[in-house]
Amino acid sequence: MSHQESIGPSTEELVIESREALRDRAKKRAARLGDHFKREWQIYVLLLPTIIWFLLFLYKPMYGLQIAFKDYSIFRGIDGSPWIGFEHFRTLFDNDQFLRAIKNTVIISFFSLLFGFPAPILLALMFNEILNQTYKRTAQTIVYLPHFISTVIIAGIVMTAFSPSAGIVNTVLEWLGMEPIYFLTRPEWFRPIFIGSGIWQEAGFQSIVYLAAIAGVNPSLYESAVVDGASRWQMMWKVTLPSILPTIIIMLIIRIGNLLEVGFELIILLYQPATYETADVINTFIYRQGLQQGQYDLAAAAGLFNAVVAFVLVMTANTISKRVSRTSLW
Amino acid sequence: MNMNLYSRGDKWFVIANMVLVGLFTISTLYPFIYIAAVSFSSGFAAAAGTVVLAPVEFTLAAYERVLSEPEFWRSYANTFVYTFGGTAVSLLIIIPGAYALSRPQLIGRRFWNLFVAFTMWFNAGLIPFFLNMRDLGLLDSYFGIIIGFALNAFNIILLRNFFESIPSSFEEAARMDGANEFQVLWKVYVPLSKPAIATITLFCIVARWNGFFWAMVLLQSEDKIPLQVYLRQLIAELSDDEEFTSTLIDAAYSVETVTAAIIVCSIIPVLLIYPWVQKYFNKGILLGGVKE
Repeated sequence: MSHQESIGPSTEELVIESREALRDRAKKRAARLGDHFKREWQIYVLLLPTIIWFLLFLYKPMYGLQIAFKDYSIFRGIDGSPWIGFEHFRTLFDNDQFLRAIKNTVIISFFSLLFGFPAPILLALMFNEILNQTYKRTAQTIVYLPHFISTVIIAGIVMTAFSPSAGIVNTVLEWLGMEPIYFLTRPEWFRPIFIGSGIWQEAGFQSIVYLAAIAGVNPSLYESAVVDGASRWQMMWKVTLPSILPTIIIMLIIRIGNLLEVGFELIILLYQPATYETADVINTFIYRQGLQQGQYDLAAAAGLFNAVVAFVLVMTANTISKRVSRTSLW
Repeated sequence: MNMNLYSRGDKWFVIANMVLVGLFTISTLYPFIYIAAVSFSSGFAAAAGTVVLAPVEFTLAAYERVLSEPEFWRSYANTFVYTFGGTAVSLLIIIPGAYALSRPQLIGRRFWNLFVAFTMWFNAGLIPFFLNMRDLGLLDSYFGIIIGFALNAFNIILLRNFFESIPSSFEEAARMDGANEFQVLWKVYVPLSKPAIATITLFCIVARWNGFFWAMVLLQSEDKIPLQVYLRQLIAELSDDEEFTSTLIDAAYSVETVTAAIIVCSIIPVLLIYPWVQKYFNKGILLGGVKE
């Protein structure tokens, strides 16, 4: 604005005129807006409950996040509690348990990604090679099922199956002449069991996405591969897999974006003090410190740390996605 | 895939592949069979670890115990209330909201869509959400569980994308007849969006049926807890046992067989709606939700 003023002739008349024009335009706009709302009010009525819900249940807690920087007490409330700056963050980064939780989160995320990510791709490739439709459909119906089962039941199944006296796993170990192992009390077994049950529950369902991608592969690619004398094995690796690569990349990016979201609900159900050493992740730490011990401000600080890292991960993932595949996630 | 593509005789590959898929399928199915077998076995047999595939010393004792427990029935009934009440509330808010967000004449449409989508990327976390529920007076209440988890950005975006994909020519006839937005939504868009609405309904039902974490955190009264929280309490008993030796309540049933019986009772409704789930489960819709 000031730039224009210095160039153009700035007489008072001009200013007044432009002011009037502005006011005029504002009036017209207001009238038009009024007309718009008179005509289209119903849309806003339809939208209103959604907006209120988001404000009340998702944005209001964001306002409450300020307790991460406050000495929060229930009696003083969020607004009444005094600011203390980064005190909670300092406490957290001096806390061995929190540092351990970060370490465990990273390790569990990494191995979940390493083993859990390829599993549904392999499964989809294998489903694709099955000729017998009945066999294929039956297998698919069964492997999708665990996705619809609750975490509590998954935990119940895991605990029953790995129970040292009654569990099937130890029964088998005994058949093989081995000593029973108290799996769920042993820190070194927690991660394999947790990651394995995650794959068991989700690999089947996640393969749907890849099967959809495989269904879209151009059949002429297979035909020319047959002409060239390719075997099924070669076609799987040299035609199918490269064709679904864009889908694989997108899914990988989504996974990386959600890296910190370890299934903490299952961890809460499966871990115990004996296995905290390898099992305690950021979210279970928050749960214990905040919801069980009532240290809301400290736990909120840990949550904020988690949320900010997650946000950065998602944003980075999306930027990379835009560059790599020109298909951003949003 | 055509049969003639197999002309080169990759017999072994095909067979090995079928066997591998079969193994994975069996390993998926087996835990369910095992749990069912445990639930029908005697407490003694289950504790001794002799159950492998079929019930040992077949008995219905665990089920008799479970089904005679008033807490089981109450929590089961609560789960139905949360599932159907919650799903109904979700749909009542999501369908109009997604429709409004899909309308081109909505002022600030970009802003409102970002307003919804932002919550997918940034979340205040467990503690502020909990304190907010407490400040709203929604602790330990049926209503709190139903309304507090009614919406999420993913479902709204999924349905909005579906609404946007419907050509506007469909609504023109209704507009000519002087239909207002409510009527256009109800008579044109909702009937055309049955697959998307069915998918969202399914997501809501599954999430509600399985939800346990917040129910565990927010509900204090025993008479309000859903089945999954009740089940968790039982499982916690199982795990609290230091040595994992099963507490023999009676030789006829043990903590293991009772837990297994409740697991079976909790899975049955899921199995009943599963064929319907499969019918509606459309890969395209799943993917559609991921983009934008």
